Amino acid sequence: MATSFQSVLQNLRETKVWKSIFRRGPANTNRTRSLAVFGNLFLHWLPVKVREKSLRVRASYYLGSISFLLFIVLFVTGILLMFYYHPATPHAYRDMKDLRFVVSNGVFLRNLHRLAAHLMVFAVFWHMFHVFYRGGYKPPHEFNWVIGVVLLLITLFLSYTGYLLPWDQLAFWAVTVGTNIISAMPFVGDKIRFLLLGGNIVGENALLRFYVLHVVILPLVAFLLIGIHFWRVQKDGGLTVKPKDDDGKE
Amino acid sequence: MSDAKNPYISQASRSAQAGDGITRRDFLNEITLGALGIAGLGSVAVTYQYFSPNVLFEPSTTFRAGNPDLYPVHSVTFLQDQLVYIVRMPEGFYAVSAVCTHLGCVTQWKPDADMIACPCHGSKFKGDGTKIEGPAPRPLPHFSISLTADGELLVDKLQNIKPAQVLKV
Repeated sequence: MATSFQSVLQNLRETKVWKSIFRRGPANTNRTRSLAVFGNLFLHWLPVKVREKSLRVRASYYLGSISFLLFIVLFVTGILLMFYYHPATPHAYRDMKDLRFVVSNGVFLRNLHRLAAHLMVFAVFWHMFHVFYRGGYKPPHEFNWVIGVVLLLITLFLSYTGYLLPWDQLAFWAVTVGTNIISAMPFVGDKIRFLLLGGNIVGENALLRFYVLHVVILPLVAFLLIGIHFWRVQKDGGLTVKPKDDDGKE
Repeated sequence: MSDAKNPYISQASRSAQAGDGITRRDFLNEITLGALGIAGLGSVAVTYQYFSPNVLFEPSTTFRAGNPDLYPVHSVTFLQDQLVYIVRMPEGFYAVSAVCTHLGCVTQWKPDADMIACPCHGSKFKGDGTKIEGPAPRPLPHFSISLTADGELLVDKLQNIKPAQVLKV
């Protein structure tokens, strides 16, 4: 069985199509493994080799990876929810109800999106606390710490903008209260509230603006910063490993 | 090699370095950066204008509250569509905002306790809008109230007036 699978794989690797996509042979030496990572768009910002101890559960609890996985879940379920959602009144509330009670598996996708969002806020905060108590913000990681803080804020903005979209009482009053907090800012508060809501009341303009922020602008910025964040982990020399874990074993 | 002997430095830039003015390269750099800066500021300005809507489809802030006889003396009436209390006391009428000055929740008139209470964070006000307890930072504002030519109450929610100003009918 194994040999037949391997021979199929071997034959596949010798086809012209495979060779046009993957220009290298099998990754069976350290050099070819490094080249395989370097030569792949989706892997090139990851380190080609890591220390074994930085892969231990204790080193990170995989909190950053869990946050990213949740972000991908939210990205996919969010796109699927967009197929049934109109960011307009009175459709928004009805579409949310339809997703729950009419659309096949709609309630599954909606709850997956909602719960993954709650979990992501939790995971991102836990990630931040873990990095903080590990001293992961210290040189040479200062810049990546700042990127991480911005990503935390974007996670919270994504949660907040997404909160309005069901257009129910909870959403309406949460955004009424939240935008009134903004208007407490000296001098510019009322102007920022006006721009964010596209008016003086939480109405149709506000719903559309929050939707565009939620599905386009904030995810784009998040993707960009996540890319920089991952790339910097590699460039700054990998995860911070506590001295007591550093038993010299690579 | 010193600048004086360097054949790649022209006479003009040499005299510029001597203090007669700036070099052509610096001049062009400054002009370009200045132009880009002006264009950048302009982009910010027009983007701000674009995001600031000129026409709003929002309810009118001026409304008629009906005939004064609808409101008995010593009464506080909540108008749900307008989020305003029409208060009639022996000295006259006044219109008090029903939107809490803390974070914008809609308050409720509690006739039993003789006060206005906010359900969100527990602010309390007297019937005339005076603050009893926080977290609200300010009393509820009074809106301009007048009579139309045909004798109906007219409230303008964009005009705040002093609480002492009451409409005598």
